[in-house]
Amino acid sequence: MTETTTTQQGSRRSRIAEAFTAPDGSRRKAFIPFVTVGDPSIAFTEKVVPAMIDAGADLIELGVPFSDPTAEGPVIQEASNRALAAGTTTDDAFALVERLRKEHHIDTPIVFMTYANVLYSYGLERFAHRAAEVGLDGVILPDVPHEEKPEFDEPLAAEGLDLVSLIAPTSHERIHSIASDAKGFIYCVSSLGVTGVREEITSDVKGMIREVRAVTDVPAAIGFGISTPEQAATMAADSDGAIVGSAIVRIVGKYGEDALPYVTDYVRSLAEAVHGLN
Amino acid sequence: MTNSPNSKGRFGIHGGQYIPETLMGAVNELEEAYNHYKNDPDFLAELDDLEKKYAGRPSLLYYAENMTKDLGGAKVYLKREDLNHTGAHKINNVLGQALLAKRMGKTRLIAETGAGQHGVATATVAALFGMECVVYMGQVDMERQALNVYRMRLLGAEVRGVTSGTGTLKDAVSETFREWTRRISDTHYCLGSCMGPHPFPTMVRDFQSVISKEAREQILEDEGKLPAAVIACVGGGSNAIGSFYNFIDDKDVQLIGCEAAGRGIDTKETAATMNTGSLGIFHGMKSYFCQNEYGQIAPVYTISAGLDYPGVGPEHAALKDAGRAQYVPINDDEAVDAFEYLSRTEGIIPAIESAHAVAYAMKLAPTLPKDQSIIVTLSGRGDKDVAAIARYRGEDLHD
Repeated sequence: MTETTTTQQGSRRSRIAEAFTAPDGSRRKAFIPFVTVGDPSIAFTEKVVPAMIDAGADLIELGVPFSDPTAEGPVIQEASNRALAAGTTTDDAFALVERLRKEHHIDTPIVFMTYANVLYSYGLERFAHRAAEVGLDGVILPDVPHEEKPEFDEPLAAEGLDLVSLIAPTSHERIHSIASDAKGFIYCVSSLGVTGVREEITSDVKGMIREVRAVTDVPAAIGFGISTPEQAATMAADSDGAIVGSAIVRIVGKYGEDALPYVTDYVRSLAEAVHGLN
Repeated sequence: MTNSPNSKGRFGIHGGQYIPETLMGAVNELEEAYNHYKNDPDFLAELDDLEKKYAGRPSLLYYAENMTKDLGGAKVYLKREDLNHTGAHKINNVLGQALLAKRMGKTRLIAETGAGQHGVATATVAALFGMECVVYMGQVDMERQALNVYRMRLLGAEVRGVTSGTGTLKDAVSETFREWTRRISDTHYCLGSCMGPHPFPTMVRDFQSVISKEAREQILEDEGKLPAAVIACVGGGSNAIGSFYNFIDDKDVQLIGCEAAGRGIDTKETAATMNTGSLGIFHGMKSYFCQNEYGQIAPVYTISAGLDYPGVGPEHAALKDAGRAQYVPINDDEAVDAFEYLSRTEGIIPAIESAHAVAYAMKLAPTLPKDQSIIVTLSGRGDKDVAAIARYRGEDLHD
């Protein structure tokens, strides 16, 4: 558990490492599903998160909607639009996490996936404080590269939250510096382009993971383009876990408020494929 | 360079590189290439030659005598970027970036466009250099500027309509960034304004600063002294930063950016970022943006497709913070009046974007003494806008 973040303030520490750790302390493969908060309603997100955890999710990635998500493909863009049209705000996302922790007694790690301006407009310190208060464990910001990391990392770390680092197929010689101060887990982007389902993933993900492992023990999970249990198993076999977003969000988009059983079954099939490797 | 950004591309607190990791290699490669070629004599000579022989530089600094007499104050000079090849200042930047892209071994240019002027300039230079070209344009703008869409296709470019978000310039920028993350190795994103992640704001500024380099020499030759003010319209702000740049150290020259206020800065139908926006991070940069309390980027409105953007380039944001430049709102009615006024008074039909600058000049000139001068940058010509202005005046005219 050396990768668990502790801060000088020591107020709390992130649970993220637990997602990648078996009861005996050894490393295990994690399955990480993504849904957008408030798509199509907050009530749905509040039902689907516990259901995904029951179906085997090890870490929950919650998208906080942003009007102009430049790293997303059409599926998650539309989810963001649906959530915003339903009136979802950053405060709603915090309140949801608070209820998941206090009322649903969920202790699975939860991270937000959102954009720099959502934090910046809220006030970085205010955001970090509220995030720690409700029991959030980390934040993924696809528009904050390593060069801009300190501005966000310092206030988040001061509250015990991890700012998750991303590594892309184009990172090459950047991998060393990104990985060497990564915390929580490393999000390895499998492919060029934006989020979305892909028939095949052709990047050298094994090579990326090898370079990460040469530098750090922080777990590395692969996301972007994964939609089948086979793909999830292949990606998790090469790394410490698989992240699936668009393929789940597409089901929510198709079935709306009725999506719960479909999402649950789908998440179970992915989680089983990943956990079969443990 | 008197106003160079620091190592991370900052102008004061503004600027930076807030983009996906996937693109960091590409912007670093671009920065490195730009830093090399901006001092390369062969590169600069080729750019200079293209500016002169292809784009038609230097552009005229025209003394608008009729307008000056009518307004009864300071002498009004028009910096005629509308006379450049393709009809706007955009070609200055595109020639520079396309030449750089070619040196970097890129064979494909992608670009966003609002009014279509930057798209046309990019399609033009791609045709000249034999490069593939894809232009992203909001679906709403494709309807507003149908003639420019056909023009780009005529030049061999593919125009891809953007339906996401509000279907305007900001969405075209987002979609072009998305395309760049999909395809980097052979593709250069020829960004059209002094915005986005470093090094774009600096590089675009440098390529556009030819406007003020010429204008400063021209006004000194004609008037023997510097102007009282330089006025330009601001969307992302590239013609304005190009117009201001070589006057920044001339502390007595007022620098005035004219924002598109749409139906007014007291309404929600406005694009006046400096007057109504707040500090934020979007499209790769920290700057001012029109946004709500949760940081959601606001839909903006103006009659001018080229100024229809919810942000502003980071160097402008820093010039505002420093009090070195001021940014004034001009609403649709004022811009349309100025469009018609310049057409009648000087026989020059300005782009509706540039008409925002003309509108402020009409307010400012009468307040200044006759022995002073002001420079108004006519960033583009208005042929593309004629049908839209006719419709604004209630005539049933279509392209």
